[in-house]
Amino acid sequence: MESIILFAPLLGALIAGFGWRIISIKGAQYVTTGLLFLAALLSWIVFFTHGAETQHIQILRWIESGSLSTDWSIRLDRLTSIMLIVVTTVSSLVHLYSFGYMAHDENFREGEESYRARFFAYLSFFTFAMLMLVTSDNLVQMFFGWEGVGVASYLLIGFYYRKPSANAAAIKAFVVNRVGDFGFALGIFALFYLTDSIRFDDVFAAAPSIAETQLTFLWTTWNAAEIVALLLFIGAMGKSAQLILHTWLPDAMEGPTPVSALIHAATMVTAGVFLVCRMSPLMEFAPNATAFITFLGATTAFFAATVGLVQNDIKRVIAYSTCSQLGYMFVAAGVGVYSVAMFHLFTHAFFKAMLFLGAGSVIHGMHHEQDMRNYGGLRKKLPYTFWAMMIGTLAITGVGIPLTGWIGFAGFASKDAVIESAFVGSQGGYAFWMLVIAALFTSFYSWRLIFLTFYGEARGDKHTHDHAHESPTVMLIPLGVLALGAVFAGAIWYGSFFGKTNQVVKFFGGSYGEPTQELVEAVAERSPKASELHYVMESAPGEAAIYIAPENTVLHEAHYVPTWVKLSPFVVMLIGLGMAYLFYIVNPSLPKRLAENQRPLYLFLLNKWYFDEIYDFLFVRPAKALGRFLWKRGDTDVIDGSINGVAMGIVPFFTRLAGRAQSGYIFTYAFAMVIGIVVLISWMTLSGGAH
Amino acid sequence: MISADLNIILPEIVLAVYAMLALVGAVYTGKDKLASALLWGTAGLFVLVAFWIGTVGTPGSTAFDGMFIDDGFARFAKVTILLAAAAVLLMSEGYMSARGLLRFEYPLLVALAAVGMMMMVSAGNLMSLYMGLELQSLSLYVVAALRRDSVKSTEAGLKYFVLGALSSGLLLYGCSLIYGYAGTTDFAGIIAATSDGHLSVGLLIGLVLLISGLAFKVSAVPFHMWTPDVYQGSPTPVTAFFATAPKVAAMGLFARVMFDAFGGATHDWGQVVALLSVLSMFYGAVAAIGQTDIKRLMAYSSIAHMGFALMGLAAGSELGVQAMLIYMAIYVTMNVGTFAFILSMERDGQPVTDIEALGMYSKREPGKALAMLVLLFSLAGVPPLVGFFGKFYVLRAAYEANMAWLAIAGVIASVIGAFYYLRIVYYMYFGEDRADALDGGKSPVLWGFLMASAVIMVVGVVNLFGIEGAAQAAAATLVN
Repeated sequence: MESIILFAPLLGALIAGFGWRIISIKGAQYVTTGLLFLAALLSWIVFFTHGAETQHIQILRWIESGSLSTDWSIRLDRLTSIMLIVVTTVSSLVHLYSFGYMAHDENFREGEESYRARFFAYLSFFTFAMLMLVTSDNLVQMFFGWEGVGVASYLLIGFYYRKPSANAAAIKAFVVNRVGDFGFALGIFALFYLTDSIRFDDVFAAAPSIAETQLTFLWTTWNAAEIVALLLFIGAMGKSAQLILHTWLPDAMEGPTPVSALIHAATMVTAGVFLVCRMSPLMEFAPNATAFITFLGATTAFFAATVGLVQNDIKRVIAYSTCSQLGYMFVAAGVGVYSVAMFHLFTHAFFKAMLFLGAGSVIHGMHHEQDMRNYGGLRKKLPYTFWAMMIGTLAITGVGIPLTGWIGFAGFASKDAVIESAFVGSQGGYAFWMLVIAALFTSFYSWRLIFLTFYGEARGDKHTHDHAHESPTVMLIPLGVLALGAVFAGAIWYGSFFGKTNQVVKFFGGSYGEPTQELVEAVAERSPKASELHYVMESAPGEAAIYIAPENTVLHEAHYVPTWVKLSPFVVMLIGLGMAYLFYIVNPSLPKRLAENQRPLYLFLLNKWYFDEIYDFLFVRPAKALGRFLWKRGDTDVIDGSINGVAMGIVPFFTRLAGRAQSGYIFTYAFAMVIGIVVLISWMTLSGGAH
Repeated sequence: MISADLNIILPEIVLAVYAMLALVGAVYTGKDKLASALLWGTAGLFVLVAFWIGTVGTPGSTAFDGMFIDDGFARFAKVTILLAAAAVLLMSEGYMSARGLLRFEYPLLVALAAVGMMMMVSAGNLMSLYMGLELQSLSLYVVAALRRDSVKSTEAGLKYFVLGALSSGLLLYGCSLIYGYAGTTDFAGIIAATSDGHLSVGLLIGLVLLISGLAFKVSAVPFHMWTPDVYQGSPTPVTAFFATAPKVAAMGLFARVMFDAFGGATHDWGQVVALLSVLSMFYGAVAAIGQTDIKRLMAYSSIAHMGFALMGLAAGSELGVQAMLIYMAIYVTMNVGTFAFILSMERDGQPVTDIEALGMYSKREPGKALAMLVLLFSLAGVPPLVGFFGKFYVLRAAYEANMAWLAIAGVIASVIGAFYYLRIVYYMYFGEDRADALDGGKSPVLWGFLMASAVIMVVGVVNLFGIEGAAQAAAATLVN
């Protein structure tokens, strides 16, 4: 069954990609979508029927080279089954949605309808690669999937290959990811060097000893666990668009909107979070690296939220929102509550995919207009889309009943869990405050999006507004299904991901036991309210899907944070809503005035903190200059020049000379022989052959 | 003792007696009417004797007080020589008879030349060396001028004879110097006289003169000048013969003298041979570029190839000799196929040697063009064909003998040389489709040799047909 889940999308991709001429374009669409729904159905069955224990399903012997010996097999545990349902569900819905969205595309001319088959083939191929990544049983297999999703992402961002901006964005995504992948690859090398294996089981089992090893890297001696965790996180930063390596994600919105929903919101970009959670046995032994993850995640959450405040392109707003939410997940992983990181990943997949698909529906209805300044008053024209977006917004901003913890939209449960954990993990410091501020901004820009799009006066081209229409049913069904997830996913699985320690440990397949007396006292001293520590995780690293060191009590303590902390996300959400209401409903001229008053700040945010400009100056231009130098001077002048010179000048010269020497007269020939003898004898005598 | 000695040289005696009896017999009976039968008979005898030498008895004995050496090295060379000669004889028949050249002397002269060559590679004394060399050379002079009514053929024979006489003179002068300073003509005695690793000036000059004479036979630069003219002037089957068996014999003799007589001074002659090697490789590669006649082009090609074979010799090691033997065996195989193709190039019954006449040959004869393509790529040393491995062995031998510069020079020369081989491919596949296209050339014998040779170039990469081990064993007997 697991093999079917894994290979059905590949089969679909191959059939649609190479066989669409035989089965027709429509056929290709049906085959890929059908196989994806099959995979999704089986994934849910696996999720509910397969227990929490870890299972290895071998597919084939893969690599046998020296001491490197590994299978290609599926690692099925709780992490995998969560990712399976996320990936296949969103992917199958996006396939379905694309029937409507991709039906007519102005980027392709008459007679080029095969783009649809190609699109579906790419989507399925992406799904296969993503499944490959999440089911991997060793690091190299994971890297294979990692690169596979990178390729699929490249192909899909540049899907509108006639648009120069799409091509540039595709290349940018690929190149920026290469930087992260380099770190990931180094991390794999380091682990292989340290443990002589790439299998997760071996690596995890060796984690405690890795933590006691020193490793010299870049002329510095590091703790091996720290450096490996850091290198792996660099890989995660690239794929999950964290600060420094985030620049590609907003540009990736050049791809068709279903792609943005599937790849650049719900699945691929969460691969980094998945990686960190998968490597939790190692992360638990690398306190400095996880502190760095926390710091960077919090900063990214804040940064992306600030930029999201002022963007006008509807997809870019959601893209920055994605970037910001990924920061939340990394904070959770960084402070050691991997289950909460996975929780937010899980709920986020639903509501963010829905927001994107909703945005796609708006764009579709508005004839590919993406600027929110040209929207307005679309509530009546796109009623279903409006409600879907509304649910998505309620979910992302975290609407729920405060202090109950779980009664609310999906985002309420998971985001509050992240923030509470961050409060414990950072002792009420940087990470916590960044996330709270980011939550305020999230609320503001999300409501801003709703108000600008669906409320107020119709702005922009009148003709477009007159012809605005609701999307076809195939596009609305996915919205409805995702809405279910966005509403209920948090409440249903709250206990499994963020319940009591024993509950969570059990859910992820571990065993729990009594804490030591010292630990209980230490916790009680730190936070008196959390003194009732009954259980800690007992499994060894790698036995369960995630590993929580016994000393790591963040999950427990997060339930006993002060009340004001629990209330804070809700309060800032209300403030954000109120401000958005004030700015865009009550007094629509206010934003303009504010932008004029605070022009430098506005420009700073509008230009995304000038990251692109700085990178362009620091890396892109020098690289291009170097490339041009090597091309013009090195290749054209030196290499081509010397080859051409030798081939067309020097060799023919000697050829003519040789031809002239061959006079045909015997005496010339005899003379040459005599000269030869003289030369040979002289040389032998002079070079010291004679004694 | 004499019977034991005779027993050792029995193959040579059989061939020589056969040649003389057949000569006398044919003169008194059918003369040229017997030519065809004699040709087949001679070729058959060659194959039989090759088989005999290759399988019967154990190598490692000497005859006539060390004048004649029958070791593994000699046997390897002899088998190669005899098979090559047999192949060329079989390929000649159609061409020769079509032009009235099929005289009964032809196969018998080849047989006598073969005896001379066998003598050369088995020589253990300067006397027997010279005897074998002259027997071979005199036969070849006559064969080169076989086409008496052609000015070019006569000129070729005459040039070859005059220059050959000069080179024989040099060689003899070298021999007498060596005799004078070493006090013996026996290889074993010479090596004993030079056992301290030092050569006196007299020996040194004698050695250089000896090398010059041998270099003439292998047509190494600067003693190569006769080669293009003789190759072009001689009838094509004779050219094919020149390019194959005598080259193996001369290289064998070269290695024999260098190791058996001057094995103590490998460094001294090594640098001379290396110089000859570099010059030959580059000269052969560069000069061939300007050629439009395929026979002349093959002459330069063989000069370049001899340069590579000499590289193996220059290494002065067992590996080097092994590489040289492998190279020669591969070279002969490639040349047999290539000349089978050249022999089949004709238009209205007239032989054509202009390479531009091959324009779009692939359209009319796809199979033959493909086979020729394989052979040319192999000659150029393009992996994964067998020709590449020949080059690879000599380059490795040179490198391991601390002659990296020689190996690098070889690689550069082979890159330059690839040009003219590929140019033929270019004409065959992309050239101008000419009105006066080649026709005919339907001989099954030629076709068979061409295809077999091409197939060997491809299939041989698996294990080189075991020639590697045989060459290694042969090299071991020579160098120790």
